[in-house]
Amino acid sequence: MRVLIIEDDREAAAYLVKALREAGHVADHAADGEQGQHMAESAPYDVLVVDRMLPRRDGLAVIEALRSAGDTTPVLILSALGQVDDRVKGLRAGGDDYLPKPYAFSELLARVEALARRSRSGGEAETVYRVGDLELDRLRHEVRRRGVEIPLQPREFRLLEYLMKHAGQVVTRTMLLENVWDYHFDPQTNVIDVHVSRLRSKVDKGFDAPLLHTVRGAGYMIRDGAR
Amino acid sequence: MTALAKLFRSAAFRVSIASLVVFAVFAGFIVLYIGNRASELYLSQAEQANNEEIAALADDYRAGGIRLLAMSIQERALTPGASLYVLTDALGTTLIGNVADFPLSVLGLTDGISHAVAYRLIGEGAETREAMVRVFVLAGGLRLVVGRDIGERSQIWAVVRDALWLVAGLVIGLGLLSWWFIWRTVLRRVDAMAATSQHIMSGDLTRRLDVTGSGDEFDRLAASLNAMLARIEQLLVGLKEVSDNIAHDLKTPLTRLRNRVEASLRSGRGEPEYRRALEATIEDSDQLIRTFDALLRIARVESASVGDEMAPVDAAEVLRDVEELYEPVAEEAGLGLDVVVEGPLPLFGNRELISQALANLVDNAIKYAALSAGGAASDDAARVTLRGERRDGRIRLSVIDRGPGISAADRARAVQRFVRLESSRTQPGSGLGLSLVAAVARLHAGTLELGDAHPGLAATLDLPAAWAEVSDGGRRLAAE
Repeated sequence: MRVLIIEDDREAAAYLVKALREAGHVADHAADGEQGQHMAESAPYDVLVVDRMLPRRDGLAVIEALRSAGDTTPVLILSALGQVDDRVKGLRAGGDDYLPKPYAFSELLARVEALARRSRSGGEAETVYRVGDLELDRLRHEVRRRGVEIPLQPREFRLLEYLMKHAGQVVTRTMLLENVWDYHFDPQTNVIDVHVSRLRSKVDKGFDAPLLHTVRGAGYMIRDGAR
Repeated sequence: MTALAKLFRSAAFRVSIASLVVFAVFAGFIVLYIGNRASELYLSQAEQANNEEIAALADDYRAGGIRLLAMSIQERALTPGASLYVLTDALGTTLIGNVADFPLSVLGLTDGISHAVAYRLIGEGAETREAMVRVFVLAGGLRLVVGRDIGERSQIWAVVRDALWLVAGLVIGLGLLSWWFIWRTVLRRVDAMAATSQHIMSGDLTRRLDVTGSGDEFDRLAASLNAMLARIEQLLVGLKEVSDNIAHDLKTPLTRLRNRVEASLRSGRGEPEYRRALEATIEDSDQLIRTFDALLRIARVESASVGDEMAPVDAAEVLRDVEELYEPVAEEAGLGLDVVVEGPLPLFGNRELISQALANLVDNAIKYAALSAGGAASDDAARVTLRGERRDGRIRLSVIDRGPGISAADRARAVQRFVRLESSRTQPGSGLGLSLVAAVARLHAGTLELGDAHPGLAATLDLPAAWAEVSDGGRRLAAE
């Protein structure tokens, strides 16, 4: 995966480039808005990571320029502002996801990978997700494991749906809170953990091969252990 | 600046001086006009009297010749307080009459009109008087001069002069009176206000402007300024408390963090020790970031800069969503979480912030209910209830627990930033939860009430309802 980081803080950018390369990705860096826009226009990237406040051209202006030129590369906005209204502004400008600073690298990596996957799948939605012997039918709202139906509450269904959509990828607690519950605040208590463990008890209990894994210090991942 | 200079510079004084000048000019004009008209009237009366006398004497002359005329003049001239009568020959020598001296040029004024002339009466010494005289030419060059004294005219002008003096005196008197009034009611109060403001500016924020209780515009101004001062004082006290608390609540973990890193470096026990220290450091810094985010969010909410993210929200749905989010957490803590909602609860607000406020309240409730439920273990004690109701145009969203509650004395303090009541020091948290809830309530023009649930705490968000059912537009919004 090829990632372009447009960020004026050189130390932060160097850290990101290094960490992304260690995670097996190709990462480039642009230090200001103009250079960033030029690089994004001249080479194909899977994901752009754009800081909001940049010298020479504002991050949102860069995104707007790319979008109006028909560029649909997914964009993750980084911002030190990190408030509700700021987030909305970023998404309106054409950003696909928003991460307030300071962030954990695991959070950024999970979000970048989720964005890259979204662009690869081309937006066309599968109606049935499969992970190992677990099957989720989005149209009939049914979940089966080894052919046996597992009854789920509506929210549990959406939680599993999101995890399975990103099967094989780390999904953080914040991503779940934002995408399954549509909340953008920090609920202090680990509410998500409790929801996930409840889901796990329904999906994994009684089966020898667990599918729903906890990734330490990052979040959760659903994956076929046998593969 | 001297008091006088200050007086001259005051707007009220200038206005009163201007009105006094206008008044003086007007009064002077009236007095002069009346005096003038009175004098004119007086002269025309004298002239008319002259005409009548001459007509009568001319009749005598025509009837009885010069003899009867002379007799008639003689008779009239001797009457006390008489007018002027003179009969002269063609050369101007007085034949008969009661006038000692008058300018002979008068005899040439034979145009039949009365003229003002200076004269002396016989037997009155050197005193010169003024009269309106008319000359009538008889046959043979004789001239009959008839006149009427107009000395009273100067008395009229004396009255006018007196009246002008009176006006001047009144103007000065009224001026002094209005100066006193201005000084008394306006300048003194303005000066007092200015002096109090100076005190306040120099740092004594507890001072307030005097309110006399008269209910005049100065009282109203003072009352409104006092309210502003109270708000400013409250904000400043709040700011100071916040900075103190930030110093405490951010510096304490920072110190701990620094100490740990230092200790681990000093121990030099190798990688596993370093790793543990670094992991703990990340955890601590995450907690710091969380506290910082909460502070920023409260500041944003309080400055109302999220106000443009307001939209119609059904609070019933928000309550159910929060219940759904926290239900597993409550269950894990051995508690039941209920939601009791009557119908849709329409309000205009920020779903995200109301959700967070309710989440904070539920989070608190679960923490404290779990504390006491551990001992009591009765069904009722192990229950947290989310209640949403609509009452008198208000939406009331309550989170009720059966925990230890908050004593009445502590309730106001509990809402302040960073305040963690002594009884809760052992629980994790930034101490910012309730103050965010209170800020969200204020943003929505509502309040946060902390009440007694006998036992336990009933925290209620009291918010104004939106889209009243009487209006069609409202109902359409509600249906969307």
